[in-house]
Amino acid sequence: MSNINRIKSSLIDTTKEINFVFNGKKYKGFEGDTLGSALLANDVKLIGRSFKYHRPRGIVSHGSEEPNGLVEIINDHYNEPNTKITTVELYEGLKAKSQNCWPSVKYDLMSINDKLSNFISAGFYYKTFMWPSSFWEKIYEPLIRKAAGLGSLSLSNFSRNSEKGFLHCDVLIIGSGPAGLVSAYIAGLSGVRVILVEEDFIYGGSLNNEVFHISDMPAQNWVKSILKNLDKLSNVRLMKKTTVTGMFDHGIFGAIEKNKHKKIEQIFWKINTKKTLLCSGSTERIIPFQNNDIPGIMLSGSIRSYVNRWGINNLQKVLLFTNNDDAYLTAKNLIENGINCIGIVDTRNSSKKTDYKLKIYKDSQVINAFGKLNLKGVNIINKEGKITYLECDYLGVSGGWNPNIHISCHTGVKPEWNQEILAFTPGLNNISTHIEAAGSASGKFTLNACFADAESKITNILNELKVKPKKYVIPKFNRDKYNIDPFWYVEHGSQRKWVDFQNDVTIKDIEIAYDENFRSVEHLKRYTTLGMGTDQGKTSNVTGLAILAKLSKKLIPEVGTTVFRPPYIPLSLDAVVGQHIGKNLKPIRLTPTHNWAKANGASFTESGLWLRAEWYSKKSEKKWRESVDREVISVRNSVGFCDVSTLGKIDIQGRDAQDFINKIYSNRFAKLPIGKVRYGLMLREDGIVMDDGTTARMSENHFIMTTTTINAESVYRHLEFCHQCLWPKMDVRLISTTDAWAQIAIAGPNSRKVISKILDKEFDISNEKFPFMSCKELTICGGITARLFRISFSGELAYELSLPTQYASSFVSYLMKVGKEENIIPYGTEALGVMRIEKGHAAGAELNGTISALNLNMEKLVSPQKDSIGMILSKREGLCLPNGLRLIGLKPINPKNQLISGSHLFNENENRIPENDLGYVTSSCYSPTLKSFIALAFLKNGTRRYGQKINVSNPILKNETMAEICNPIFVDPNGDKLRV
Amino acid sequence: MSEFIYYGDASLLKRPKWDNKNAEDEFYKYLYLRKNISGFHKELWFHQQGDRSWLIVTRNTKNHEIIRVELATEVVKGLDK
Repeated sequence: MSNINRIKSSLIDTTKEINFVFNGKKYKGFEGDTLGSALLANDVKLIGRSFKYHRPRGIVSHGSEEPNGLVEIINDHYNEPNTKITTVELYEGLKAKSQNCWPSVKYDLMSINDKLSNFISAGFYYKTFMWPSSFWEKIYEPLIRKAAGLGSLSLSNFSRNSEKGFLHCDVLIIGSGPAGLVSAYIAGLSGVRVILVEEDFIYGGSLNNEVFHISDMPAQNWVKSILKNLDKLSNVRLMKKTTVTGMFDHGIFGAIEKNKHKKIEQIFWKINTKKTLLCSGSTERIIPFQNNDIPGIMLSGSIRSYVNRWGINNLQKVLLFTNNDDAYLTAKNLIENGINCIGIVDTRNSSKKTDYKLKIYKDSQVINAFGKLNLKGVNIINKEGKITYLECDYLGVSGGWNPNIHISCHTGVKPEWNQEILAFTPGLNNISTHIEAAGSASGKFTLNACFADAESKITNILNELKVKPKKYVIPKFNRDKYNIDPFWYVEHGSQRKWVDFQNDVTIKDIEIAYDENFRSVEHLKRYTTLGMGTDQGKTSNVTGLAILAKLSKKLIPEVGTTVFRPPYIPLSLDAVVGQHIGKNLKPIRLTPTHNWAKANGASFTESGLWLRAEWYSKKSEKKWRESVDREVISVRNSVGFCDVSTLGKIDIQGRDAQDFINKIYSNRFAKLPIGKVRYGLMLREDGIVMDDGTTARMSENHFIMTTTTINAESVYRHLEFCHQCLWPKMDVRLISTTDAWAQIAIAGPNSRKVISKILDKEFDISNEKFPFMSCKELTICGGITARLFRISFSGELAYELSLPTQYASSFVSYLMKVGKEENIIPYGTEALGVMRIEKGHAAGAELNGTISALNLNMEKLVSPQKDSIGMILSKREGLCLPNGLRLIGLKPINPKNQLISGSHLFNENENRIPENDLGYVTSSCYSPTLKSFIALAFLKNGTRRYGQKINVSNPILKNETMAEICNPIFVDPNGDKLRV
Repeated sequence: MSEFIYYGDASLLKRPKWDNKNAEDEFYKYLYLRKNISGFHKELWFHQQGDRSWLIVTRNTKNHEIIRVELATEVVKGLDK
């Protein structure tokens, strides 16, 4: 293999060998190689098969514009598909394989598609898979899924170590080519905070592809010297292997840093900057002609780059094809390195003078290429129509250069056409924005113009930042003028001419789209998929537009262009997600008694962000229901306690606190005596129930509101909205005290007895002194401040005790001790839920965002006598239908039949179709008190149907049960137990 | 978890009076009818992970440029004058 022989290049270290594997075969490369350059050096030209026709394809370019060189990188735990070999820095042990081929890249059975190409041209999917529609799901879709798609996923749930990071700067410079380096240096010297981002694993941009001199030294040495100076500046941050993926509002950029060998493999940066200079360089275009996709046909500048930067010299006979001056530099460098450049085919009449020996075919075009798996030769045609066959193994094509304007378009700015360079440049001239472009990204293709442009643009930016620019003498450089002819594609011949390699779009496809009236650029793009691949058509878009312009007899700027959207390069989802995955997605909140509960046999359930004890299993209990049933029975017969700290607690104080609460709750709240608690119903302004809870009046101007666990945040936000935005003159202050106070519910007929043992002596909570719905601030356990509320969710004699969070854990241990005589037990959310269903209390499942007060049988809790949020719109017809949904209870005829939440209700003799749907089950459980399954449901006209039977139907789970409609308050409907 | 929570059109500040004759119609318009502005739009943001203030942000819907931020309390007090 010719790998050992490399031309000397300062960017390749031939003393450091690197072993890698491609398609199962071992190869060697050197430090400084990309996977692409190493494969070329090893004579591997065939990289993969194309997306649609499975044509053999090889490397075209040398950067992230690469349309063909896509492989799967094989890692220990996962494979990474669609990796551009031109951007992968070679590392020891790298393993990769080709995509889109089976059984192998050389003998690919799907290449039959190539023979069928007449049938699968533009719009093929839309036309072919139309009928019969019943074929779609069973036949067409699986077929397409099997054949389509780039690469394949390994379906492993392994996640790389990814992080998200945040950075701030004054000037962000994107790209470290000549323009980027000069402007970063001037900005750095001037003292502003600079971030310089480079996609490549070395700095220097296009200068790394060249062998000319700057300031009397080789270009790479000039890069090194300026980098050395930049490194000394503490206000400059250099970031290589980092690609800016998108520009967003207010100077925020996304950037992905990839570092295979660091502990954190990728970091997705969010960069906040005041000003940005886009120095992203430019990308060469192809020229379509017949069979221009054969491996060995590359971009001319990329061939130059492989020779100059990577020292590749195993090219036997290189031909160049150009419409501009740049390819002459490639020819010069090839000749200087002793590589056989057999000539340059120039579409232009005025051929250039050269100071080296080069065969120039002026006024000529390459019209066809030959070879199957790699290039064997081409036919060229001259002005007189004479066709000549030229043998060659590489063809370098240059159709001109496109500035890399993508980032400048991300906020919707349309690019502008520049007739001089025949390309689009960023349309930033006449609008005020925080981004500017400099160098070849703004169409300055000669090095002198590029340096001068960078100097002037960065000076403008510094002036706008009100910083005095430091002087830096920009290097002078003599390079030919850039001249280009508007030559877009070869007309000769009827075989396929490829425009977009990655998506297999040919000139014929564009013609078909045009003939079928898909003539706007946006339609053309979607009908043909031109420019929709992972390369975003970096090498093909403008060529496609030029063809469309020719077909429609318009100029390119009249045809218009599609704009680019983020991301600039493919961005894997795990990079965007970072560490926010699985359990890390959201914070976990623990209740104050969490550790105690864990030590006492609790298992836990998620409730919003909270983990709450769901039940406490005893060793003898085999099934969860045994634990829950025991807990319910213990509470109903004696006493139990439950941590309810997760309920939202909002402290409301101020002279107008009572009036304020009266406007928040729809029920009457004006005359709540001090020391009393009341149930409150809260509506949204549209009349739907938002939340419910209790509010206690601790003193004249001090109230404590509780909310449901789930709505704690949104209710607090709502209250602040009402205060700040609607009634700011009210003297009210609000604060959430959910975390400050632990709240323990102590419920059961023996609860008073247990609580009396922990209260300090002076407090009397007898039924006479402290009746149902009382509240009081008091002290417990010898002086600890606490608040006692006589409220009940379970329907038993019950209290809720608030105490400072830090005491909660030792308090419940103490409670177990003092309640031993009464056999006190802890109970979890499941028993809590069973008891609230037995009592017919609405909770999250019922307050589902579609339910009105009337649906909850609470229409009397909307007072029409006062202003409250939602009162007016709750009167709307649809929310007050007399036959509307009503909260009811359901008891199965056979008590052992479970009623499933989400089931729908039908009259027994009616078909189970939506028209006959009468309502649905919201909550269900087994009631150990009634020894029967029970449920809460919403049923049309339900409160008038008590005693009737109804069918509870769940077609998804294929379950049908007959149940009796009843009062939703199953236990103690008169509430006698609450008041003893 | 974001620092700010977006709530929509700042016209929500102008809540109709509940005892007006046409209250139901006015509340319907207040809650449901919005102008779809191309240009500067006043809107409500809540500084949830901050000082818990409701803000009136003036944002250009064409390019998301924000030109003014005011405390809702101040704006409402101004409306009443």
